[in-house]
Amino acid sequence: MTEDVPTEDKKRAAYRALEDRILHGDGKAAAEQRGRAFSNAGLAPPLDGLVGKVATSPTQVTDADFAAARAAGFSEDELFELVVCAAVGESARRYDAGLAALADAADAADAAGGEDGG
Amino acid sequence: MRLDVLNRGYTPSTKLLFALIRLMSRHPVPDAAKLVFYRPDFYGSRAKEFTHEAMRGPSAWSVGDRELMAAYVSRTNDSAFCIGAHTATATQALDGPKVAAVLADLETAPVGDGLRATLRMLGKLTREGTVSAQDMRHVLSAGVTRQQVEDALAVCAAFNTTNRLADAFGFDVLSPEDFEAGAKYLLKRGYR
Repeated sequence: MTEDVPTEDKKRAAYRALEDRILHGDGKAAAEQRGRAFSNAGLAPPLDGLVGKVATSPTQVTDADFAAARAAGFSEDELFELVVCAAVGESARRYDAGLAALADAADAADAAGGEDGG
Repeated sequence: MRLDVLNRGYTPSTKLLFALIRLMSRHPVPDAAKLVFYRPDFYGSRAKEFTHEAMRGPSAWSVGDRELMAAYVSRTNDSAFCIGAHTATATQALDGPKVAAVLADLETAPVGDGLRATLRMLGKLTREGTVSAQDMRHVLSAGVTRQQVEDALAVCAAFNTTNRLADAFGFDVLSPEDFEAGAKYLLKRGYR
């Protein structure tokens, strides 16, 4: 039945499945904390430092960022999950922003009677 | 990698698989490949599925064009491992100096207007976190279809995720020979 799904929807659906799993499935970190890492909002130090860098300046992440989070009691598996959530969340915001801008541009073209590329 | 579980925390059967890959390929297992084998039910399985669909699924963009987008997004994020991996893969797929030219200067590179406009938009979205409807109109007016833009956004999403993980976890940058071998594998087998 996969032939019924347009290819662009298949790509988006695969990303939504990833988001849904890391946010709502089982994990070592609490789902609420995974949600905060995904949104890069509402986390306490030192985790906010590590997650903030993963989201906005990943090349600046250092061993010390992980050491500080471990010292605050986070396990390796919790940090694995929270870093994944931060990366997927920041990327998801770009994906959504791109799709929204595209929909605006394409809808405006339709309204003006111009060609619709899709 | 910066988490010890990503270096050593694999199941015995996965460790055996890594040993076989090293033996058969005579190249190290890249950290990008290891990551998706760590607790694959949490991240790896679905990440592979999405990345494969974005990079190898049906699209009006060629595999080479999509690998070039991956290299360009990685360059925008300054993500060393992914720049090496996808510059090698795009160069093998597209043949010739196109890839190096795009990464050196998009505006003068010998690519079509549609691909250039798309890469420009992906660079802005990656750098600034957003783009406007006007930015999208520029891409559409260069002859790119709406579905092609959606396909390019999927590539962008895959690599904005992978770039962050590569740099946060600290993927080892491979030798040029090892990147070439990895590129050959990605063109033959994809991401699944």
